[in-house]
Amino acid sequence: MTETAPELDRLRGSAPPRNHDARTIAALTANPGCARRGLMDAAGVDKDAVARALGFPAPFGQSQFAITRGNAFEAQVKADGCAELLTLLRDRMGLAVSEVAYDDLEVVAGNEGRELRHTRTRRLLAQALGSGEGTLFDHPLLRLEIGGQLAYLEPDVIAFQIEGRLHVIEIKSFAVVDGQAEPEQVAAAARQSAVYVLALRRLVAELGHDPERVSHEVFLVCPENFSNRPTATPLDVRPQLAVLERQLARLTRIDRILDALPGDLTFEPGEHLADSVRTVEARYAPECMAGCEMAYFCRDEARACGATGALGRAVRDDLGGVDTIGTALGLADGSLSPSDDLAETAEQLRAAARLRAEALGTGHRDAVTAR
Amino acid sequence: MSALSSLARLEAVRAGVAQPLATVRHVHVSDAPLVLIPLKLAGEAAAPLAVMVGSAPDDPSLLVVPQPRNRDLRFAFAAELAKLVLNHIETSRGEVEELPPGKEGDDRIRYGNAPQLLVPNRGGVSFLRLVGRSTRFRSTEGPYAVDPAVPVLGRWLTWFADRHDHPGSSLLRAMTEVLRLHWATGQSSVEDGNLAALMGWIDPPDGLDGPAAAARAEDPVTCPPAGPATDPTFDNEVLAPAIAAYDRSGGDPRAGDRLRALIAGQLTPTWDLMWRAVDLLRAMPEGASVPRRWERDRDAFTYYHQTFGEAYPQARRDPPVRAARRLHDLERAQDAYEAQRAFDDPLVMAEHRLAGQAFGGPVTECDPARLDETGKRPKLRPLLRVRTADPVRLDIGTTVCNAARPALKGRIVEIGDGGVLLELTGGMGRKLTPEPGAVPQVGERVCFTSLTEGSFGAAKFPDREDTPWTHGGPPEEYVPTDEDAEEDWS
Repeated sequence: MTETAPELDRLRGSAPPRNHDARTIAALTANPGCARRGLMDAAGVDKDAVARALGFPAPFGQSQFAITRGNAFEAQVKADGCAELLTLLRDRMGLAVSEVAYDDLEVVAGNEGRELRHTRTRRLLAQALGSGEGTLFDHPLLRLEIGGQLAYLEPDVIAFQIEGRLHVIEIKSFAVVDGQAEPEQVAAAARQSAVYVLALRRLVAELGHDPERVSHEVFLVCPENFSNRPTATPLDVRPQLAVLERQLARLTRIDRILDALPGDLTFEPGEHLADSVRTVEARYAPECMAGCEMAYFCRDEARACGATGALGRAVRDDLGGVDTIGTALGLADGSLSPSDDLAETAEQLRAAARLRAEALGTGHRDAVTAR
Repeated sequence: MSALSSLARLEAVRAGVAQPLATVRHVHVSDAPLVLIPLKLAGEAAAPLAVMVGSAPDDPSLLVVPQPRNRDLRFAFAAELAKLVLNHIETSRGEVEELPPGKEGDDRIRYGNAPQLLVPNRGGVSFLRLVGRSTRFRSTEGPYAVDPAVPVLGRWLTWFADRHDHPGSSLLRAMTEVLRLHWATGQSSVEDGNLAALMGWIDPPDGLDGPAAAARAEDPVTCPPAGPATDPTFDNEVLAPAIAAYDRSGGDPRAGDRLRALIAGQLTPTWDLMWRAVDLLRAMPEGASVPRRWERDRDAFTYYHQTFGEAYPQARRDPPVRAARRLHDLERAQDAYEAQRAFDDPLVMAEHRLAGQAFGGPVTECDPARLDETGKRPKLRPLLRVRTADPVRLDIGTTVCNAARPALKGRIVEIGDGGVLLELTGGMGRKLTPEPGAVPQVGERVCFTSLTEGSFGAAKFPDREDTPWTHGGPPEEYVPTDEDAEEDWS
């Protein structure tokens, strides 16, 4: 499983590895078939730096107002050993929270590697699972096997143990107004939480415990209405877990992708960077723009070769899987004759072209009579 | 999406400019709509930063909250916005039409016009909804008193946001949605959410084609976002220092003016785009059923305006009966709206033809005088054969109507290589010979469809006192509380 590591290090060049974070994890389930992103993430490549070097910087800047607000809210919830959070869990969720220990796993002793932090997470969780005592772990460092490669996850969440079960608590600064929040933001939070639940379950299993001791119910802590008061909402992430597990199982194995690539490939910035990136196949969809730093580069590439996917998955599906715009237009105007498997699609496209032309009054109005 | 609109996108890519998805305009555009471009402070649920608002292209008003975290400044902003919006509402009523009395002999009226609000995108609608929610419960007296106009604004904004959910309503519209209803671009729906990029494809500036204009629109420096979210780089490099300078100056008007100028720079490009889009829409011929739908909007407006004084602010959540009724109304409106658009517009009907729910072509055979004499009395049942190349997916016996004149109804008798054989059943007059011109003649091009306007009627719902136990029983009467009024808006 780790024998590919040196090759992955080479891909990254001299840059230090990047940990997975919320965004890469969300992208993981959104587009599992993308070899380019899969490989770059597995190697811990700084995609943001690569995209900038390629001249397609990712527009993922965050406003300092949002950062300040997010940090202030999180700090408020976690202040005094998560006093406010515990009150919330007791009062709102009706949980019998008694004595609680709080451990922040973010910094062990100043500056140390992720292996060390992960080891500390393991050790503390092992203790907690053994004793069954109520405990809050802030910033655990988790690992998850992604495409045959171990990836480190640095979730900005708390693992909380009560009555022998671990729950993931995710603090988000989007508002819940009258019990409702923006669906996209809740969906994104649920997807991310599911990744953490899965990673925690794997860890718990490795420690010799029942993975079901990690609950599929996560707690989402958000500001209530227009105030700074936190509110907690339980979120069942079983559907997201199911999707995630299926996608992870289907993920193209990184070692198989590596096998097909030239042995000296590297994403080190330089004159050959664009060619190197193009060597690894991407599967661009407009949804990538929401989560992947490479999206603008891939979009440019997809547009240049006239890929129908650049117009969206729905368009691609409507076109019955025809990959290029030129082919689809050729089938629609009859200048290309379809292969057998595209016969039905071609018929549909020709009908669409005829109906459009008829409604717009642009030519072949008498196509019907002529037949 | 369908193969038809997808094909339009491909054609847009090839042409380098947006392609039509409609031949007529399906929304009402007022003579003087109120264009509203809100901006909010990043990271907050509904903290307004600014709004550019006005009902004439050369007369925008700019309202700015110089320190969006200051509660008093926010409410001052809400009061100013309220005056502008409420003034628009009051001046848009027009003449009062007297209608025939209702079933119970009650007087009925309808305002001759109604206010129309236009925002750049869906985010703008959501933001107005949230501003409505955060202001409608405010108290105008007591320790947290606000200007009396503030809760009134909140109730109206909530009402507008509700009407936005109503299919076919033109009272509050998001410009990107309206444009996407009429044009297909050569980019994906994600990119269409950017008003500047969308307009770039539809109406590229001189010397640019669609893709170039859209690419230019993605640079937040040349084309600032249409809100309500601001560009993060603008926030960090321009807005934050300017707000800090305003704070340091202790509310110095000059610092406030500098801030206003910066924000005006962010909003003006979108303001211009909004009015260009309005002009584009005005240039299209109006769909035949648009005035009818606007009349429903005017009815809704008249009712809300007339009952405003005696009603409470809208509850945080609808009680069960009202929620069920609302959902039912929305479904019926959706159904009617889809049918009306298809009848108004052959390009929309083409979608239904491609889906097999409609078919068109020349009449090849016609027996206009045929009578069905199997019953007690003879009935006029002309036969019509329509040759079509459309992929018809209707069953024998399905009732269809003529797209050009929906009153003309028929029944499908046979579908074969020669086309579709129809037996006409209605819409030809009362006699045993059809009214002149009622039955299409051989050679005439016709289109028949199974679509109908109002395929299901209004359902009956229990009164709120009779809410069934399955839905929690009768809800408590909603009375606003002090708690509502005191809610933080921080």
